[in-house]
Amino acid sequence: MRSTRAIDISTGLFVLLGFAAILFMVTQITNRGFSLRSDSYRLLAAFENIGGLKPGAPVSMAGVTIGRVEDIQYDMKLYKAIVTMRISDKYRAIPNDSDASIYTAGLLGGQYIGLTPGGSDVPYKDGEQVIMANDAIVLENLISKYLFNSAATKSGESAAAAAPAAQE
Amino acid sequence: MNAILRDFVQSFLAFLERVGLLVRFALRLAVILPSALMRPRPIIEQVYNTGAMSLVIIMTCGLFIGMVLGMQGYDLLTRFGSEEYLGTATAVSLLRELGPVVTALLFAGRAGTALAAELGLMRATDQIAAMEIMAVDPMRRVVLPRFLGGVIAMPLLVSIFIVVGLFGAQLVGVELFGVDSGSFWSQMRSSVELGDIREGLVKGVVFGVACSLIAVYEGYNAMPTAEGVGRATTRTVVISAVVTLILDYILTALML
Repeated sequence: MRSTRAIDISTGLFVLLGFAAILFMVTQITNRGFSLRSDSYRLLAAFENIGGLKPGAPVSMAGVTIGRVEDIQYDMKLYKAIVTMRISDKYRAIPNDSDASIYTAGLLGGQYIGLTPGGSDVPYKDGEQVIMANDAIVLENLISKYLFNSAATKSGESAAAAAPAAQE
Repeated sequence: MNAILRDFVQSFLAFLERVGLLVRFALRLAVILPSALMRPRPIIEQVYNTGAMSLVIIMTCGLFIGMVLGMQGYDLLTRFGSEEYLGTATAVSLLRELGPVVTALLFAGRAGTALAAELGLMRATDQIAAMEIMAVDPMRRVVLPRFLGGVIAMPLLVSIFIVVGLFGAQLVGVELFGVDSGSFWSQMRSSVELGDIREGLVKGVVFGVACSLIAVYEGYNAMPTAEGVGRATTRTVVISAVVTLILDYILTALML
């Protein structure tokens, strides 16, 4: 039989470990908590339409993930979506004329932001807004554009065909 | 034919009797529960016995379950080109199912058998009868602290199992197969909800009650022979496993 002190210490350790595990689950696995890593800086971008972009989506440059979408807000003055990106400190030197676009990963994949570098020598500073933001391509808009176009040409043709008949 | 039918009825009645005895046992425990909480010392000792002593096996198994999940999940998800969802897949399956169920099965094997064997041996060596003679209630003194120790330890063991499993999955998925560490964690974060964690913890508590209750019941009511103690430990593992899996189905259906 071990001494009661040893039992107390290891019981305390076990219980602490258990609660630490619960705390880890609640803060690190869900989006309710805080992130452990904070060595990063923010970039803003204003989009007309963000499509299905969600907080947590990757921000990439040439396909390499360099950060995450931290927050998405709607700006009532600009009538635009303001996306806050958190970029890793490793990628400090992004030219300040780079532009941001929203792309879709794969056919059904999640959406992400791709940054295309510009030619400026001056890098973006923390909290600066990206100069040009290209919107997400929304599939429904494309389809409806195509449908309406074809409907318009069809009705145009039928109207043209009906016109001579009416004249007679 | 008649004899077979009578056998069947007899065994069914015996089963009903066991269930009834178990419920009575549980009610007796519930009645003396408040008075036992006044004396935390034996409970702490049992948290040590059932929880801290099971830590090594729980962590080892959690690590390997997580590593297997990472490997299988990666193989399956690359077929759809969506290996960035590996974190989500492992986290949800660990939180909701594998964490509580595997921990309960390991708990039955490691702590449940220890409890049943200890109590059974106390019964076989007349220690329980001696307590009764000394006007010490063995239920209060011996059984309840062991039961409560198991109930307290189980959800903590489940949480530790899940977290270790996640690191196992990360080890295989990120370090070995090269899934992006950022998307592994951020996809997990954006799709796992507090409800998933709650489901895991509720299951942990329920399985803890079930497995501890079965273990102390079987041990306390073991036949006072060497064979009886052996049978009590075997029954503990078998009944705990079956009851855990049945309860798991019911709880999942309730919480989905």
